[in-house]
Amino acid sequence: MSILKIVAFTIGNEEYGLNINQVQSIERILPITRVPNAPSYVKGVINLRGHVTPIIDLRNKLNMGETEFTDTTRILITMDEDVELGWIVDETSDVIDLEPEMIQTTSSSSVNKCEYFSEIAKLEERLIILLKLSELSKDIAS
Amino acid sequence: MDLNNYLELFIEESKEHLQTINNELLNLETEPENLTIINEIFRSAHTLKGMAGSMGFEDLASLTHEMENVLDMLRNSKLKINSEIMDVIFKCVDLIEKMVDIIEQGGDGKADVKDVVMKLTLIQDPSESILDNYEPKVNNEAELVLDEFQLSVIHEAKKTGNSVYQIKVTLDQKCVMKSVRAFIVFQTAEEFGEIIQSSPPVEQIEEENFEHSISLLLLSDRSMQEIQKQLLNISEIKDVYVSEKTMQYLEDCASNSSVDNLKNDKSIDQEELNASKKKQRSKTIRVDIDKLDQLMNLFSELIIDRGRMEQISRESQNTQLTEAVEHMTRISTDLQGLILNMRMVPVEQVFNRFPRMVRDIAKDLDKKVQLIVEGQDTELDRTVIDEIGDPLVHLLRNALDHGLESTKERISAKKDEEGKVTLKAYHSGNNVFIEVSDDGKGIDREKVLNKAIERGVVSKEEAKNLSDQQVYSLILSSGFSTADKISDISGRGVGLDVVKTKIESLGGSISINSTFGQGSTFSIQLPLTLSIIYSMLVKVAKETYAIPFTSIVEITKFSKKQETTIHGERVIQFRGQVVPLVFLKEVFQVPTDNSNNSNEDMFIVIVKKGNQSTALVVDSVIGQQEIVLKSLGGYLNNLLAISGATILGNGEVALIIDPNQLIQ
Repeated sequence: MSILKIVAFTIGNEEYGLNINQVQSIERILPITRVPNAPSYVKGVINLRGHVTPIIDLRNKLNMGETEFTDTTRILITMDEDVELGWIVDETSDVIDLEPEMIQTTSSSSVNKCEYFSEIAKLEERLIILLKLSELSKDIAS
Repeated sequence: MDLNNYLELFIEESKEHLQTINNELLNLETEPENLTIINEIFRSAHTLKGMAGSMGFEDLASLTHEMENVLDMLRNSKLKINSEIMDVIFKCVDLIEKMVDIIEQGGDGKADVKDVVMKLTLIQDPSESILDNYEPKVNNEAELVLDEFQLSVIHEAKKTGNSVYQIKVTLDQKCVMKSVRAFIVFQTAEEFGEIIQSSPPVEQIEEENFEHSISLLLLSDRSMQEIQKQLLNISEIKDVYVSEKTMQYLEDCASNSSVDNLKNDKSIDQEELNASKKKQRSKTIRVDIDKLDQLMNLFSELIIDRGRMEQISRESQNTQLTEAVEHMTRISTDLQGLILNMRMVPVEQVFNRFPRMVRDIAKDLDKKVQLIVEGQDTELDRTVIDEIGDPLVHLLRNALDHGLESTKERISAKKDEEGKVTLKAYHSGNNVFIEVSDDGKGIDREKVLNKAIERGVVSKEEAKNLSDQQVYSLILSSGFSTADKISDISGRGVGLDVVKTKIESLGGSISINSTFGQGSTFSIQLPLTLSIIYSMLVKVAKETYAIPFTSIVEITKFSKKQETTIHGERVIQFRGQVVPLVFLKEVFQVPTDNSNNSNEDMFIVIVKKGNQSTALVVDSVIGQQEIVLKSLGGYLNNLLAISGATILGNGEVALIIDPNQLIQ
C-alpha cells in the first residue's frame, strides 16, 4: 500500500480526514439557500461558481449537534461519482501524508462501530478519523 | 486508410438513407406505378451500397446490391410490384437496419443475409435471362450524337492522320466505385488521344449516375488493338469493345443530331431542375450534441452574469452603464434565440419511423389503419426529441390496439372500415403539443371506473364525483389496463403510466379527451426548451422562489379577510370559482422572525394544471425573469414541489417551484 494523502479538519475536539482525491476545494462560508423539506443536516444549496451545490452540516450528519458558524468555519467541496457536495466543518488543519502502518481499522479496537468510518490514523498524539465519503453521501439519495 | 473517422458519418448517413427508403417504400405501397418513388429508393439503396462497399462491410454491400438489382428491374418495368416483392424488400430493409445497428455498436456488420438474398434473387430469376439478352444489345447500339463543332474537330483530326474510335467499356457488375473506375478509363484513354465525347456525360459519371457501361468517342493515332488491350488491363473491367468509325457514319450521326438535340435539351432541362432542387437544400454541418450542450451551459453562465449586470446598473443609475447593459441584453436575447434554435430539431425525426411501425402493427392486428401525420416540421429541443420517441410509440400502439375496433366491429358500428389514427404536432405559446387521436371506440367511463375500483386506485365514493377527464386520467395510473385480452402489443398494464412519468420528467403533461363511440385523443404538452425558462420571482419571508410562467394564470393581491374554509380546507373565492389556498410559508416551513405581520397584504399566484387551479400565497412578488434551470444534483432529489434551482443576479441560489405538485 502506498502513502495516503488526506485533508484533515476538526469538528469540535475531534479530528477527521478525507482522501484528498475526493476533495475539490475548501471554501469560506457562502450565502446558503435553505432547501425546504430536506433532512435537517442539509443546510441548503450554494452557488459554487455557477454550480448549485448542496451543503451538509457534517457535525449534524454525525449526530453531534449543529455547527455554529465562526471565522474558521469552512466548506469542504467533495466530488464522488459525479455528485458534488459541500461539507461544513469547524476548521481545516492541514494535508497529511499517511503511511500504511499508521492506519488502524476500528473493528479490531473497542471503538463503537459507525458506518461512516472504519479506519483511524494514529499520528504521534493525534487521532484522525478517516471518513468514508461514499457512505456519508449515500443514504439521502434513496 | 483508417476508416474509423468515417464510421460515424457512415452510420448517420446510412440511417438517413434507410429512413428515406422506408418512407418511399410506404409511398410506393399506395402508388405502385409511380416511377419517381422507385427511382428515389433506388438512389438511396445505391448510395448505401456504395458506402457499405467502401467501408468494407461486404455483407451489407452484397445485400443492398441484390436489393438494388430488384429495384432496378422495377424501375425499368421488367418487374411488376406485388405485395410479395414489397414484403421481401421490407424484410431486406429491416435486415440492413439491423446490420447498421450492429456496426454502430462496434460490430462487424455481419449477419445472415442468405435467406433474404435468396428471396431477392428468386424475384430476379425469372427475368434474369431477359436482362442478359438485353445488355449486349445496348452495348452494340451506337448512340452517337454529334454536333457541328465536334464534327469539325473530327475533320481536322482526320487530316493529321488520326482515326475515330468508338469505345464501349463495360464495368464489372461487382464494381463498387464505378465513378473511380470510369475515371481511370478516361485517363487511360486520354493517353492515346483526345476524347471528344462520352456517353453518359462526364458529370453524370462523376455522380455515379450511370449503368455499367460507358461509351467514348476517341481521336487517336494508335491502333484499335492497342487501345483495347490497355483498357482491358484496368481491373474490374468486364468488356471493352472498340470500333473505328468512318467519316460517312459520323456525318450521318451529326445530321440526326438535330432531332436528338431536342431530346437532349429536355433531359438537360430536367437535370437542371434536379440540380436546382438539390441546391435548395441549405448547407449544413454536423455538430456533436455535446458541443451544443457546452455552448448552452456557457451561455447560461452569461445569462447569470447579465442578470448581475442589470442589477448593478439599476443600483448605480449610471446612464452609460445602463445603455451598455441594455444593448448587451438585446444581443444576448438574440444569441439565446439562436442557440436554442440550433438545438431545435423537427419532430419529423421521430415521426418518420411511425408510418412503418403502424403498418406493421396494423398487419399484426389485422386492422385497416390510416395514419395521418400533421405538423412534422414542428421543432423541439433535441433533448426532448430524443426522449419523446418511446412515449409516442406507446400511445400509438395503444391507439391501434385498444382505441381502434376490429374491422368487424367497425362495420357493425357503421364506421369506415379503415380506422384513422392522427398524429399531430403544433406550437402554442412556449409549448409544443403532440396529439395522438383515433376514431375508435373511445374510452368507456364505466369500464374504467369499475377497473379502478377493483384495482383500488379510487374508492367507490370518490368514483361518483369524478369528472370525465379525471376518470380518463385514471388509465394513466400504474397497474392499469382495461383491455380484456392481453396482447403482444399492449395491455400489460405497464405503459401508459410509464408514458406519464416520462412526459412529466420532461416538464410536460398529458391529458386525455374522449367521446364514447367516436374516439379518443391523447394530448401531450411539452416545453420548448428545458434549460432556460421564464419565471416569476416571489418572496416568502426572506426566501426567494421562482415559479415557472407556463403554469401561472394570474397574480393578484390578497388579504386574510378573503379567506374562508370549506370542510376545514382553506379556500378563496376567485372570479366565481372556489380555489384552494396553499401557503408556501407552511409548505416550505419558512422560518419567520415575527409571526404578527399576518395582517399585511399578501399576494396569491394562481397556478393551473389541466382544469384544476390552486392559489399559492406568497409575501411579495419581485418580477419576471428568465432563469437558467439547474438541477440540485443527484443528492437532493424527490424534494416536495421543488423542481430545481437557479442562480439569481446577485449570485444567490433561488429554488424553482413545481406548482404541479402543489395542486391537489
